[in-house]
Amino acid sequence: MKSRTYNGKTFTMEIGAILLALLFLVPFYFLIANSFKSFADILLDSAALPKSLQWANYEKAFDIMNFKKAFSNSFIITVTSVAGLAVFGSMAAYRMVRKPNWYNNLLFTMFVAAMVIPFQSIMIPLMKVGNWFHLINSIPGIWLCYLGFGSSLTIFLYHGFVKSIPVEVEEAAVVDGCSPYGVFWRIVFPLLKPMTVTIIILNSLWIWNDFLLPQLMLGPELRTIPLSTYSFFGQYTKQWDLALAALVMGVLPIVIFFLFLQKHIIEGITAGSVKG
Amino acid sequence: MTKKWFNAGWMQQLVFTGPATIAFSIIVLLPFVLGMYYAFTDWNGVADTVKFVGFDNFVAAFKDDSFRSSFAFTAKLTIFAVILTNVVAFLLALLLTQPIKLKNILRTVFFLPNVIGGLLLGFIWQFIFIKGFAAIGKSTDWHLFKLPWLGDEQTSFWAIVIVSIWSGAGYLMVIYIAALINVPQDLTEAASIDGATAWQRMRHIIFPLVMPAVTISLFLALSWSFKAFDVILSLTKGGPFNSTQSVALNIYTEAFQNNRYGLGTAKAFIFFLIVAAITTLQVWLTKKREVQA
Repeated sequence: MKSRTYNGKTFTMEIGAILLALLFLVPFYFLIANSFKSFADILLDSAALPKSLQWANYEKAFDIMNFKKAFSNSFIITVTSVAGLAVFGSMAAYRMVRKPNWYNNLLFTMFVAAMVIPFQSIMIPLMKVGNWFHLINSIPGIWLCYLGFGSSLTIFLYHGFVKSIPVEVEEAAVVDGCSPYGVFWRIVFPLLKPMTVTIIILNSLWIWNDFLLPQLMLGPELRTIPLSTYSFFGQYTKQWDLALAALVMGVLPIVIFFLFLQKHIIEGITAGSVKG
Repeated sequence: MTKKWFNAGWMQQLVFTGPATIAFSIIVLLPFVLGMYYAFTDWNGVADTVKFVGFDNFVAAFKDDSFRSSFAFTAKLTIFAVILTNVVAFLLALLLTQPIKLKNILRTVFFLPNVIGGLLLGFIWQFIFIKGFAAIGKSTDWHLFKLPWLGDEQTSFWAIVIVSIWSGAGYLMVIYIAALINVPQDLTEAASIDGATAWQRMRHIIFPLVMPAVTISLFLALSWSFKAFDVILSLTKGGPFNSTQSVALNIYTEAFQNNRYGLGTAKAFIFFLIVAAITTLQVWLTKKREVQA
């Protein structure tokens, strides 16, 4: 194996890695630097640093894309869906592991098999179903959609994890007079925490960034951040000064979320995909 | 007394599995079954009555040039994006498992693009390709940066590949890093002592041991490329001349812009069959090659 000491070869690799990382960051430089320029300056030289900071770009874009509303829509939809998935997904997986009878096994197989169905292959009839059940243009409606689409992976991941929890811990609680629901909430659910973190992260990234489902389901009032960015670009094509400011605001929340929780996110993704 | 029925077996079954099962049935199962039905009808999304048309939609889908070319594009994109993203991710992972000092910060940097959603990524790169590249081209005089990247069929394809690598490599890198860390050092050291070259160690020890990570990464990259939609919509809108229209985008256009829902669902069903077959086959193939350490 390569030596663990820091020698000339490692130093060269370090420099190489840093250069690569800078290359990866170049798009962010262009995005941020130009978002502070006037339109004329962007056209003049998009590689240069801004001469002065045009905060007005941000103010205008903030109003036009109704950022406050879009942010709160995105936030409400993501948080409620992720919470719903963690609660109902863990409950279902728990029951399926502890009572592996024929219908629970069939149910589990169905959830897992559905993971190969691409969203685009069922989106057209989903709109019909959405009409029947009045799910269109409503937050509870899209919440139910995320619950349905997310439950496959969520249950699959929880299923693997519940198996690793010994039944003995539950038996002690039953002896102490705990109801079956109490056993789950007070004993099992807290033990699932590492997997819950993974599930919250995977589902948050997906739901926050999702475009197609909200595009089909939600009207202008309920626009999420990706939707308001999309409609912004539809109206202000090539108005780069405003568009880039809008993009920076659009990316910022999820980037901050990532930077704060990066350790959990990277671990969560590893755990989620190794099991998947 | 109320407690008794609430704790009964059937009630527990209902409380624990009910909510997820109901949501799943309404949102996934029902549309899936309905889709299979509508694929054989002339449904236009508005009319109350639909007519059964047999295999007409499937015949029409196969005869549709735009559908066929969207498949060709998606297949080509998948081949290049899957291979290149995995190669880049694996190399980054190798680099970041060396004892370099900044590896945690670097890992964060390489991963960062992945947290941004496809739609916003596409818009960001639209600016880079149109304005950023032009500026670099002007100051360096490199021909590569002076091309009309999004205006030409050839370069638009590569633009999408570049964006796919940029956003996907960090994610797969994380998976490869986890696998590489788990390769037992005594194995590679023993091989070193026996005179194995770096490439031989890689080929005969490291590769077989990280095969599970390869399975996962190929699977993920495959499904990203096959379902590519957001990035393409915001980067090229499928253009120029529909040359970068993915299957997903073609289905979307057929249904929601041309209002041919029957044809759209037939296309969607073909799409499902192919995605399901490829992903199942791929997992099965690579699983066979996995070994235990």
